[in-house]
Amino acid sequence: MGGAKLHAHHVAELVRRGDLSAYEHVCQILEKIERIEDKVRAYITLIPDIALEKAKEVDRKVEKGKRLGKLAGVVLAIKDVISTKGIPTTCGSLMLQDYIPPYDATAVERAVAEDAIIIGKTNMDEFAMGSTTENSAFGPTFNPWDLSRVPGGSSGGSAAALAAGEADISLGSDTGGSVRCPASFCGVVGLKPTYGLVSRYGLIAYANSLEQIGPLTLCVRDCALLMEVVSGHDPRDSTSIPTEPKKYQDVLEKGVEGLRIGVPEEMIGEGVDPLVAKEVWRAVDTLSELGAVCEETSLPSLEYSLAAYYVIAMSEASSNLARYDGVRYGFRAPDEGMDWSSAYSKTRRLGFGPEVRRRILLGTYALSAGYFDKYYLKAMKVRTLIKRDFDEAFKRFDVLASPTMPILPPKIGEKVADPLSMYMCDIDTVPANLAGIPSISVPCGLVDGLPVGFQAMAPPLGEELLLRVGYALESQVRLYERIPVV
Amino acid sequence: MSEKVVIGLEVHCQLTSLKTKLFCSCPSNYRGREPNTLVCPTCLGLPGSLPVLNQKALEYGLMVALALNCKIPKRTMFFRKNYFYPDMAKNFQISMFDRAGGAPLGYDGYVTLAVGGTQKLVRIRRVHLEEDPGRLVYPGTIDTAPYTLVDYNRHGVALVEVVTEPDFESPKEARAFLQKLRSILEHLGVFDGGLEGAMRCDANISIAGGARVEVKNIGSFKDVERALTFEIMRQKQLLAKKVAVVRETRHWDGERRITVSLRTKEEEYDYRYFPEPDLVPVEITEEMLDQIKARLPELPDARQKRFVSQYGLPGYDAMVLTSDKALADFFEKAVAAYGKPKVVSNWLMSDVLRCLNEYNLEIWESKLTPEHLVEMLKLIDEGVISGKIAKNILWDMVSSGKSPKQIVEERGLTRIADEEYLRKLVDEVFKENPKAVEDALSDEKAIHFLVGQLMKKTRGRADPQLANKIIREKLASK
Repeated sequence: MGGAKLHAHHVAELVRRGDLSAYEHVCQILEKIERIEDKVRAYITLIPDIALEKAKEVDRKVEKGKRLGKLAGVVLAIKDVISTKGIPTTCGSLMLQDYIPPYDATAVERAVAEDAIIIGKTNMDEFAMGSTTENSAFGPTFNPWDLSRVPGGSSGGSAAALAAGEADISLGSDTGGSVRCPASFCGVVGLKPTYGLVSRYGLIAYANSLEQIGPLTLCVRDCALLMEVVSGHDPRDSTSIPTEPKKYQDVLEKGVEGLRIGVPEEMIGEGVDPLVAKEVWRAVDTLSELGAVCEETSLPSLEYSLAAYYVIAMSEASSNLARYDGVRYGFRAPDEGMDWSSAYSKTRRLGFGPEVRRRILLGTYALSAGYFDKYYLKAMKVRTLIKRDFDEAFKRFDVLASPTMPILPPKIGEKVADPLSMYMCDIDTVPANLAGIPSISVPCGLVDGLPVGFQAMAPPLGEELLLRVGYALESQVRLYERIPVV
Repeated sequence: MSEKVVIGLEVHCQLTSLKTKLFCSCPSNYRGREPNTLVCPTCLGLPGSLPVLNQKALEYGLMVALALNCKIPKRTMFFRKNYFYPDMAKNFQISMFDRAGGAPLGYDGYVTLAVGGTQKLVRIRRVHLEEDPGRLVYPGTIDTAPYTLVDYNRHGVALVEVVTEPDFESPKEARAFLQKLRSILEHLGVFDGGLEGAMRCDANISIAGGARVEVKNIGSFKDVERALTFEIMRQKQLLAKKVAVVRETRHWDGERRITVSLRTKEEEYDYRYFPEPDLVPVEITEEMLDQIKARLPELPDARQKRFVSQYGLPGYDAMVLTSDKALADFFEKAVAAYGKPKVVSNWLMSDVLRCLNEYNLEIWESKLTPEHLVEMLKLIDEGVISGKIAKNILWDMVSSGKSPKQIVEERGLTRIADEEYLRKLVDEVFKENPKAVEDALSDEKAIHFLVGQLMKKTRGRADPQLANKIIREKLASK
């Protein structure tokens, strides 16, 4: 294939036709992993034996002429925050280092039912808290485009694995940009679905009201394909929208002619690296040339989105992470002779990393008597305002566009000492989580050999619009033909 | 006893009629089961698990709220109550909350209570649903156990919490309320109060001049009365010594029958309530409420009135009988088979209850059946046994479950109506008591004595009318 990687939809097509052996395909990817994983460190857990077994099973199905799933032979990397039955799921934390879930997340169950082959669990910021994948108890992941730089986060391992050719397709999770940020930094496609479109059952919670499982893929068609598999109602998730999965691949070629695209000035002005802004404007121009109607707009409430986001996320996190006490599973500090409350404190002090402890403390504070109204309730009001601003904007525009990340991938270590400046990087991604709307990041260019992501947002359940815009842009940019240095 | 006492109750009742837990489909009949076998990712709080509301629990909760005459909000939602404790799988409890945009399932209700011959109105502040924590098991005693075991089988079982206003003025009233609440829940068919730990309560208590003290961990009706009585005595003693009563939470130790300090006001938990993001708000529609109302069964107050009008019982009888659903059911079954409601009621209210009380049993726990009671009443009517013997064999019926006929036969207790035989015995009595016979000619009292002697000889089995007749005849012929 002329050096370019096979995309997942190609793999599935070839495997189904019998033109590619799933076993050989997995072997090839394992060889790639063997060669470069030391440098990239995208995975926390690899399961080559299980993957090869599953590949043989797929090949046997082909031989016997049995019906094959939509992801036949596709090698799937899963972020280590998504529960996989019998496979360690660590959340990038010492706390869950040895935790093996007894059940599969719904998204995993659905992917496996379509004959995807799980290859391993990818690295991430501990409990998905971070934008660089440096907050992992298992060490950082490195950006395949420039190994001295971060891959973004928190789904950094998923994005890096794809960019480095260590998987065909990946599942991440996006609480405030955790799919889109690493997609942007690693030059791949990432989608945060509408809140409730993909079941959260089995997704280990960081901030339940904000997050969604989302696909990371090499191209927009793969993204559409994976969404067809994992989306749709799940009775095990009460916040799941009662809707059937759509045939997302069918709309890709509809084009963008006549689509009204708004660019909120709050998302591309101050604080955005001019080189990044330039690439994004160029992408907007490309879409205009393809017939879209683009203009600048404003969503004034976005000014408060970052503050509201962090209050809500940390508040929910402080409660979600309370269950890690060492009693039922996971890490337990030596507690001989200690009463339960001292033992809990010790386990939690040693089991969680510094960023997780910081967010638990801040969230606990924000929910405390006397501060609840001032922080949590106020943040919820801001959230309502932001939703309203988006509702208004979507009366005038079909899609809103912006950079995914305001900066190029930083150097490893650059952001670690300065959490506030790391939080600031999420400025363009968190609004979609607050509003519960879908948002996609598609590569739109390179600056100094580093990928830049273009973000598009649509009204709830507007994934088809995003995929159309992404597909149109991708067809012009064709960044997927470029191979990272590793 | 001059200081005014004010008591409020928070009662937790398991919705024991539900087959599954509040937020997952694990079975909820955890009693007597191997520990940690009725669990799943959700009730174990495993990472990534999610709660799904049991719709039947919502329906039952609304039934309770309606039966307690509560107002029902159009919309409610679940909150997280955050605190660390080893019986909690998630270290937060999914509950309801009446602030920050929340509303309980029901609020501003009331229950009527018969107190000293008058009807008292007890106000219900709120009714809400929440999940039961797990069960802590201490090897040995709580003080000496080297470690604690946790059984999560109970974790996630649906509780309905009923909170009253501080409307009780004595421990007796508090107990009477719990009895009434239990009867209401049992009539609704959502609850079986006979199951161990199915009803638990916390009490708030304060005495004029003191401070509000909360007593936790009260497990039974009797303990409510004991715990409150103890607490009143303790606070009064402090006040008498001019020592300030501290505002605090105390723990009822049912073994030692005392309350011990758990934490003071300064140490109270801050529960950091916030809306449970994994559940969606619950819309309570008019249609839903209408359907539930239409299906509400007859409740104790209505049943009490019916007992008066249908069976002609005195108000007091009707009240006592309907204060316990099992007792009321027993009564109606017996009357259906036997008629004579007042006779059945008299037996139940005096001898049966006394007997149960003595054995420390509730009617459903005892082996007495309505069929056996009716059989016993018929034996009396047929003259086979005397009322006195009936009272006697009742104890056996309650403890052994044998039928009255069987008991009477085994113990040879049938009435002696054989005139020939009785005449012979009367002759003996006369011979043994010549003085009494002489007196009896002029003194009625002595006749009673002679009848008594005959009864003694027959261990109460002589037909009393026949015995009287024979003795009088023999005296007349002297």
